[in-house]
Amino acid sequence: MMDLVLALAVGAMLVAGGVFTFLAALGLVRLPDVYTRMHAASKAGTVGSGLMLFAAGIHALDVAIFTRALAGFVFFVLTAPVAAHLVAKAAHGAGYRLTRLTVIDDMREAERRDAKKR
Amino acid sequence: MGAETIISAASAIALLLMCAAFFLTAFRVIRGPTLPDRIVALDMLVAIAIGFIAVLAIKTGFNLYIDIAIALGLVGFLATVAFARFVMRQGMEPGEEEPAPAAARQGRTGGKRRVRR
Repeated sequence: MMDLVLALAVGAMLVAGGVFTFLAALGLVRLPDVYTRMHAASKAGTVGSGLMLFAAGIHALDVAIFTRALAGFVFFVLTAPVAAHLVAKAAHGAGYRLTRLTVIDDMREAERRDAKKR
Repeated sequence: MGAETIISAASAIALLLMCAAFFLTAFRVIRGPTLPDRIVALDMLVAIAIGFIAVLAIKTGFNLYIDIAIALGLVGFLATVAFARFVMRQGMEPGEEEPAPAAARQGRTGGKRRVRR
């Protein structure tokens, strides 16, 4: 009985992780510019692989392995936004344009104001 | 329906979904009109590889794979940060964004400093 519940939990996490990863890849292909693609990849992609790692930790039924898997999950959740933010800042600074559908670009206006002040 | 069946079916579904995700992301790496697109797609490829490794750890029962996944995540993060620094230093290449014909896109001129709009 306990085995079955555990297997159901691990299986559900695996499938959910796969769906999240697939949706992230779909967003990477379908969205119009770098910044929106980054938004899909860094959020859904991290949750997808993190859920799978978590499932692997649960499946092992060992505290040491579960702790390691949890540490890996936390590490991904911490580093993915930092990496995405760095790439976005670098791309914006280098002058990669936003898509034509963009409504507002606060950073560009702030840079303009800074340039005027000097 | 035993526990083994559930796990193996779920991991098969997960592997299938991730295979599709891998090909979609590889398409973006090849096609990606700009350098940051490719960097983001490579970051995503690392995440998918970590997912693959986790599924393999469940399927085969070798729990050492989890350590490999953590190491791969570390390397992927550092690679993305290094690429971001590279984009920040080098700036955009002129004519990188325009949907130019393939012939025009090949004749890239290197060494141009960043272009401010």
